[in-house]
Amino acid sequence: MRVNGVEIEDTFAEAFGMWGTRLVVTAETEEWARTAAAAATGFATSIIGCGCEAGVNELAPGEGTPDGRPGVAVLVFTMSRKDMEKQLLLRVGQTIMTCATTACYDGLAGGEERLKIGGKLRYFGDGFQRSKLLEGRRLWRVPVMDGEFVVEESFGVTKSVGGGNFFIMAADLEHALAAAEAAVAAMRGVPGAVMPFPGGIVRSGSKVSSRYKGQNVSSNTPYCPTLRGFETSELREGENAVLEIVIDGLSEEAVAEATRVGVAAACTDGVLRISAGNYGGSLGQYKFALHDLVKS
Amino acid sequence: MMCIACAAAALDRGGVTLTRKESSTIPVEADSICPDRFAVLGPADIARLPAFYGRRQVTLGDLFEIDGAGANDITVTGDLSAVKKIGYGMTMGRVTVHGTVGPHTGAFMTGGELVVEGDAGDWLGAHMAGGRIVVEGSAGHFVGAAYSGETKGMRGGTILVKGSAGREAGARMRRGLIVVLGDVGEFAAAKMLAGSVFVGGTLGRRPGAGMKRGTVVGFGEAPDPLPTFRYTCTYRPVFMRYYLRHLRESGLVGDGQLDGESFRRYIGDLTNGGKGEVLVRAEPE
Repeated sequence: MRVNGVEIEDTFAEAFGMWGTRLVVTAETEEWARTAAAAATGFATSIIGCGCEAGVNELAPGEGTPDGRPGVAVLVFTMSRKDMEKQLLLRVGQTIMTCATTACYDGLAGGEERLKIGGKLRYFGDGFQRSKLLEGRRLWRVPVMDGEFVVEESFGVTKSVGGGNFFIMAADLEHALAAAEAAVAAMRGVPGAVMPFPGGIVRSGSKVSSRYKGQNVSSNTPYCPTLRGFETSELREGENAVLEIVIDGLSEEAVAEATRVGVAAACTDGVLRISAGNYGGSLGQYKFALHDLVKS
Repeated sequence: MMCIACAAAALDRGGVTLTRKESSTIPVEADSICPDRFAVLGPADIARLPAFYGRRQVTLGDLFEIDGAGANDITVTGDLSAVKKIGYGMTMGRVTVHGTVGPHTGAFMTGGELVVEGDAGDWLGAHMAGGRIVVEGSAGHFVGAAYSGETKGMRGGTILVKGSAGREAGARMRRGLIVVLGDVGEFAAAKMLAGSVFVGGTLGRRPGAGMKRGTVVGFGEAPDPLPTFRYTCTYRPVFMRYYLRHLRESGLVGDGQLDGESFRRYIGDLTNGGKGEVLVRAEPE
């Protein structure tokens, strides 16, 4: 299959189950809301070494923030609910609460389970914290030096999908980067999906094996152009740069939609092939076939 | 209480209209005008529900013309100024009162919606624990308050009075939200345990006297705080924006009502721990 002259390989991305949550971060200005969200999603690229994967998601069209101020959504993904609680306590407490003028609300009221986050962070108020309960939602007002940090008592978590992906093979780095940037720009508009790596793009994709003891993952050597001469290489003649986009979503549909939008946007000049990473279907619960998505 | 299936069946049925047969100043105690009581009853059964006319026990059929059946939408009309306890303890459905209604309306309600298209008497929503009361006119004294001798008043839900309210609105309330778009009398939120009282007009004297926790917000003129309250700062509370957005989105408050972002904060009552607060809108500079 070809789109704009770019070959879409007949393969699938393999993804696995995670736990996800959605925070709505507000502040006096959009700039401060984005600053807080950027801090909260920092060092959250890969579950392998960061404890969680996270990214900034635009609010859905027409979705206002709970307090009416400018805001953005933050999606966080972990392998377990326990990890999620730990990560949220750290990230909300150390990055959002510390950021000037912010407030943090639950953005996933329909989550399957709830984690008590504000209900624990409130103790930072040293006994001067106050709660407000309105229509079943409890907010905590924690006194801070610029006024009050408002944080919701609990946050919804839901079973989610992590590790959706696709590869962009291009004739050179410039074209690979331009295509990847175009893909990420288009995918950022998909509600409920984030690309957790820097700028939404991965240059150091990994495989789950290594020749060294104690090293569980290593560079995705079959896709490294500098190793194309080796037998294990998956790259073809003329493919001199590869960038990967990894997608986490609150639902299978969100990951599928983000993949569909991203693949379509990545089919630009200089791109030779779009592929996807999988383990032969043996590891992940979810499969995203590129051809099916492009046809849809 | 009824099972969910019965409640759903009751709500699926249409509405019922009760029309007061005659005007009278003799108090009527009509706590049976309640969706929970009307559920699964036909007009004849509703007419047999008890009421008190002064000291005399009568039936609703003696006092009201009854048309229709079901609990989803009860409309009460006629001279109701002496009719007490409409919607008393209701847990579901909707009651609409055309005109002015007597005291104790919506007391002890835990769910549903009660709309008064006129004025309401004293003790509106007293001990209420959930649901919503909207009064298009004004309300009497003790809105959402605790009855004498009781320690806790309103425990949840929302009361909106579009006119004014009398004294001791929210007295000893424990939880919930009372919004009065007009003025309130003295001792609003007196001995409040927690919850919120918003006043769009003039806040009467001694707001929050003896309050333990909770919030009183004055958007209009406000008296000097009691000596047992201490000024802390003038700031823009984010939680107020949350509340106001919620009230506007739910259609309870319109644009131009309860405006204000910056408030002077007084904490008190220091005679009772000082964990409560009175917020008074700061004049724009």
